[in-house]
Amino acid sequence: MNFSIFLLALFDGVAYAALVFIVALGLTLIFGVMRILNVAHGSLYAIGAYTTVSLVGYFLALGFAPAFAFPLMIVSAILVGIVIGAPLEYFLLRRIYQKSEVLQLLVTFAVFMILEDVQRLVWGTQPYFNSSALQVLGNVTVFGVTYTAYQLILLPLIAVVLLLGMRFFLRHTIIGKLITATTEDREAAQSIGIDADRVFLFTFVIGAVLAGLGGALASPTTSILPGMGADMIVLSFAVVATAGLGQIEGAALTALMIGLGRSFAVYLYPEISVLVPYLIMVLVLLVRPEGLFGSPAARKI
Amino acid sequence: MKNLFVTRAAAAMVAAALPLAAGAADKPESLKIGMTAFLTGPASVFGVPARDAAEILIENINAAGGINGVPVDISFIDEGAGAEALTSEYRRMVESGGAEVMLAAISSGNCQTLAPLAEDLQVPNLMWDCGTQRIFEENDYKYVFRTQANATPEMLATVLYLLKTKPDFKTIAVVNQDYAWGRDSWDIFITALKAMKPDVEVVAEFFPKFGSPDFSTEISRLQAMQPDVILSTSWGGDLDTFVQQASQRGLMNTSTFVLPLAESSLERLGSALPDGHIIGARGDHYFLHPERRNDEDFKAFMTQYEEKTGDVSVYPVFHASQAIAALKAAYEKAIADNSVDWPSEDQLLAALEGLTFQGLGRPVTLREDHQGVEDQLMGTSVQTGEYPFATMQNIMIFDGDELTTPVGQNSIEWVGALDAGFVESVTVDTFEN
Repeated sequence: MNFSIFLLALFDGVAYAALVFIVALGLTLIFGVMRILNVAHGSLYAIGAYTTVSLVGYFLALGFAPAFAFPLMIVSAILVGIVIGAPLEYFLLRRIYQKSEVLQLLVTFAVFMILEDVQRLVWGTQPYFNSSALQVLGNVTVFGVTYTAYQLILLPLIAVVLLLGMRFFLRHTIIGKLITATTEDREAAQSIGIDADRVFLFTFVIGAVLAGLGGALASPTTSILPGMGADMIVLSFAVVATAGLGQIEGAALTALMIGLGRSFAVYLYPEISVLVPYLIMVLVLLVRPEGLFGSPAARKI
Repeated sequence: MKNLFVTRAAAAMVAAALPLAAGAADKPESLKIGMTAFLTGPASVFGVPARDAAEILIENINAAGGINGVPVDISFIDEGAGAEALTSEYRRMVESGGAEVMLAAISSGNCQTLAPLAEDLQVPNLMWDCGTQRIFEENDYKYVFRTQANATPEMLATVLYLLKTKPDFKTIAVVNQDYAWGRDSWDIFITALKAMKPDVEVVAEFFPKFGSPDFSTEISRLQAMQPDVILSTSWGGDLDTFVQQASQRGLMNTSTFVLPLAESSLERLGSALPDGHIIGARGDHYFLHPERRNDEDFKAFMTQYEEKTGDVSVYPVFHASQAIAALKAAYEKAIADNSVDWPSEDQLLAALEGLTFQGLGRPVTLREDHQGVEDQLMGTSVQTGEYPFATMQNIMIFDGDELTTPVGQNSIEWVGALDAGFVESVTVDTFEN
């Protein structure tokens, strides 16, 4: 393997890791704060993608410029958070925080199944594809290999901004500190006057927006079709579990490891590329059962 | 069950006592048939168009008075619900639903499961879409027939078209889905290609997982290697994603893509599929079929289908039309041959042997091993501006007789024994577009 091939594999890995990280970030945030493993996260991802494709298709048909796709991605992500995420927390999850983990898993899994069928009802079964946003940014050529600027530059950039932004938000803003306090000890936080219900609702909506944003950002690069949410949730779980549940920096590092592992596998030994994320997960959990960044006491599942 | 047995036993005794009356059945109120198709899951890109087509075709038959006055009543089973649910629904439809004939299935795995079940249940089964060549090469069936080609002629036609249109290429890479079809089709393709062009070099083999949302890394590596030809037998969302991503990154300008199932993705791919790539259609299936597009029945159906669905027809529509044409032809032949009002099951099975019928493509004949002999259409993509998506030019239709593995032989062994002379000797009709 010469140096240029090494760099190519690096670029592919980083681009892939960026997308995985954005979805896993929402999942790990929700778990970190609410101690609930949200299987329906995968549906929110898929619905974010579907909504973006529909909105972009609609507005482009009205004659808007293709660059208008970018604000529409943000709109779709926020719609997912508010229209689906908020009612989900308010009407359903709020009732089961005190219940056993098995029940919580089953409830979010049920929501996942329901939302899968809702997608089929609304968008049908035919694949959608709309890459307007990606085409606006054009291509970049490195060592004779053409990349899209969208995947090579924009996605990693957004991932880094989200990582730094989330760190800043949790550590240096009032709301962030309220969330951290509630995460540490819910009862103590309530006793000093923090409205834990509102903190949970807010966190869940942010997590759902991140899932929707992952889908929105993925939409110009891939076919939007039934089942895409299931694939993403499995991979995100692998990332979150390897990182240590609730660990944001850990999720970034793990997403990067999985992205790079997968892309180097495609260059060196393509047959195992599918296995790589899970191999990494097994190896890490063998050595550190609580995850890369996890602490044993904080683990619930 | 007991009642059924008693009835059958009684019927057998009556039949034995009255040999002259043997066979003929009472004319039913309606001919019930069942059809399995993916109505959910990724393969619903095939199942839903096929169901829509079957509904139109059955309506048309019924509007014209049915089969010998008997209307046809079709029900569907979703293959997407899993093999367990599929077999129990299939069994139910035959045993208590009164289905006389079954059309199954899209998935090769489901065909492998349902073929022995059809034998057990003694129900004639027309395999209307599945591709595995193994069915009749590894087993003999009495009740199972296939109304279209199988993977071998489909892949052989692809190899022949590639060698006829681009004989001087040196290197090839493959990007297939990681499941039975992706692996088996590559096996047949490369065996045939190496037999007819021994100096070809395989530079990369990728089998990304089924339903993969991202082929970026594979595409980077292919760009670094620059193979002359890239084969992908993928379909549905996987094929759309692969072609879109390859097109976005310019890979389609440097390598010739060979896409044996791309006919079913043309409309969805829109402008992403540039000129000059090889397209197949799993048979002579194309909404602008050069020999059929001016025929009245063809035009009428295409209009009906587009009005109902808003899309142009894709190959599963043609496969559905062939199965339904075979069904109708078999009943009519059995009725005429035996001068009865309605045929018995044995008479129907006898009529299916060697039957020739015509759906929306060229006529198809069922061989003695029950395999359909279907011609194969291949073409090259071109964006003419007439449609908002690529259509085909330089179309070739290969003769199915020469491409189908001879009865009793194994496909891989047979294609492996072909040689370069086969490319020249094969019968082919060529059309501008």
